[in-house]
Amino acid sequence: MKQATNNEILKIEKLKKYFHIGKDKKGPIYVRAVDGVDLNIKYGETLGLVGESGSGKSTVAFTIVGMYRPTSGQILFKGKNISLEASKRPLSSKKEIQIVFQDPGSSLNPRQAINQILALPLRIHAQMLKRQLREKMIELLEKMELSPDYLYKSPSSIGGGEKQMVAIARALASNPSLVLLDEPTSALDVSVQAKIINKLIDLQKELHLTYLFITHDLSLMRNVANRIAIMYLGKICEMAEAVTFFEKPLHPYTQMLISSVPVITEEEKNLKPKKIISIGEIPSPVNIPLGCSFHQRCSYKMSICSKVDPEIIKVSPGHIVRCHLFAKLENKKQERSD
Amino acid sequence: MQTKENILLNIKDLHVWYRVYGGYLKVLNGVHLMVRGSERVALVGETGCGKTTTMKSILQVLPPGDFQIPRGQIFYKGQDVLKMSFKEIQRLRSREIAMIFQDPTTALNPVFTIGTQIGDVIKYSAVFKDEENVHHERIKTLSIKALKDVSLPDPERMLINYSFQLSGGMKQRVCIAMAICSPRNLLIADEPGTSLDVTIQDQIMRLLNGFVEKRKTSIILITHSLGVAKEMTDRTYVMYAGTIVETAPTEVLFKNPVHPYTKGLIASIPKISGGGIAKGIPGKLPSYLDPPSGCRFQPRCEQESPICSEKPPQLFEIEKDHLVACYLTQR
Repeated sequence: MKQATNNEILKIEKLKKYFHIGKDKKGPIYVRAVDGVDLNIKYGETLGLVGESGSGKSTVAFTIVGMYRPTSGQILFKGKNISLEASKRPLSSKKEIQIVFQDPGSSLNPRQAINQILALPLRIHAQMLKRQLREKMIELLEKMELSPDYLYKSPSSIGGGEKQMVAIARALASNPSLVLLDEPTSALDVSVQAKIINKLIDLQKELHLTYLFITHDLSLMRNVANRIAIMYLGKICEMAEAVTFFEKPLHPYTQMLISSVPVITEEEKNLKPKKIISIGEIPSPVNIPLGCSFHQRCSYKMSICSKVDPEIIKVSPGHIVRCHLFAKLENKKQERSD
Repeated sequence: MQTKENILLNIKDLHVWYRVYGGYLKVLNGVHLMVRGSERVALVGETGCGKTTTMKSILQVLPPGDFQIPRGQIFYKGQDVLKMSFKEIQRLRSREIAMIFQDPTTALNPVFTIGTQIGDVIKYSAVFKDEENVHHERIKTLSIKALKDVSLPDPERMLINYSFQLSGGMKQRVCIAMAICSPRNLLIADEPGTSLDVTIQDQIMRLLNGFVEKRKTSIILITHSLGVAKEMTDRTYVMYAGTIVETAPTEVLFKNPVHPYTKGLIASIPKISGGGIAKGIPGKLPSYLDPPSGCRFQPRCEQESPICSEKPPQLFEIEKDHLVACYLTQR
């Protein structure tokens, strides 16, 4: 098979993850959490993956780290196929991909002190001896601007922002090149969020990290991500550079999302497409509607939308959209060029 | 005096302490808050700054036995809520003030149907005054009307559903239906959109705004999203560690924030027009067990001076209707 191009650290092809939840007269019932996702992440960039709850964005991340085995599709990391569950992956690839979870309160073991939490990845991935451990852990904490006396504190005795800092330190302990951030700041206040995001940006420059940043906060993405992908019901519906994304949103869902963001300045207000009013809710991934999965909430609905699932259309270099509205445009363009 | 300005709710110098092992958590430390008739008020602040405690003390639904109110008054229509009898407070809860809680999942009881829960609210509301036997058909029609008002699909079927059969957005709509099913003078919405997605939050906010404008109800909107406060309210109160640090008409507050905390908070919000992220506010909320003796923001403030740690600053009017509790403005 073809070698992935050199500037891509991670390439996902037609990734699907179905969860079996029961049986029906017609056969087994599946939750189609991820339903054919193509993504590629370049070295050193931040890709923002945005979607409502239930759109499958966390499942994508969990499949990449190997918490789930993909139903079908491929995950290529630095050109190597790693679409297996974590227990069957080589240690070297596990070391390179790390994850930071949404809720630091439940992702840190409450019965362990922070030195125990940080020691595990160091022992497994760096084969460190006890003597070296302490020094390395203090170095990690200092990187996160935490003093060495945090080593002997328990997670329950520190604040939410500091807990997330420890979780980030744990992810960085194995010296990864790709870090998946699964809503790292959604449980925190804006003033704490700003501090953590700035730290993450500094670390990215310092350690040459690549981020897959999962969030539902579009305004945060505008300031952090290089590229943004919007996910809806297990599929990517639009992907573009962060700047074009906000200046020229194409997919009706993207427009709905941007117009729903509460804003505080006039400048932001002008960016919002005003026409779209959000209606309806995200359907259950057990019964994905026929055709385009968004057609029930879409204000530009056409007759084709409820029958045929749209294909991915390249509007301009680096800007893809999955919508019938733009298929027409493309056909016209082709006709003209013919 | 008070009726002239049409003041609905007036909280004066409210202190609330919680009893814990090893002393008292001095959570509220002199809260001043005023709501006029048909005014939309926002109360913003970080988690744990006492927003919900303030609202719960208005309705007297604080955890029984664990709290103490050493000082302060809450006037509702000129009557002190803290001195009311149990019966008067019940009347207040059922006829005057409605509250929408933050998490719709825990606000609804999972063992009763939506119909039972919404019916109970209507049965004891002002609709039936003090009638003894209310026919259940009348309650049912009113329940259906309330559910229709919040644009829930198929309200007849909704009545026999349980809360766990509904999605988060639908549950929050049911909670709003319960709050608006009978005429109320004051609506307290405690972070009604926080646990929901942006598109659903947008729908819920538009729904609430529509009702408040149509019925001329006053609303206190508690939120930590400044964007929501900006888009929906006339007046904003900024709260920090149990004190009101700044209040002004919403437009003025966002254009001209004065208190260092308000400035830091506004700068911390990421914007969809880009421009990067500010550095946030250093430090964290002080411990309520042993709070700083002076200004509670002083340990995190970059412009502190010796007087700040001596005694807490009082709210001071810097221009009409714009009050700030900071020594910087009083020099």
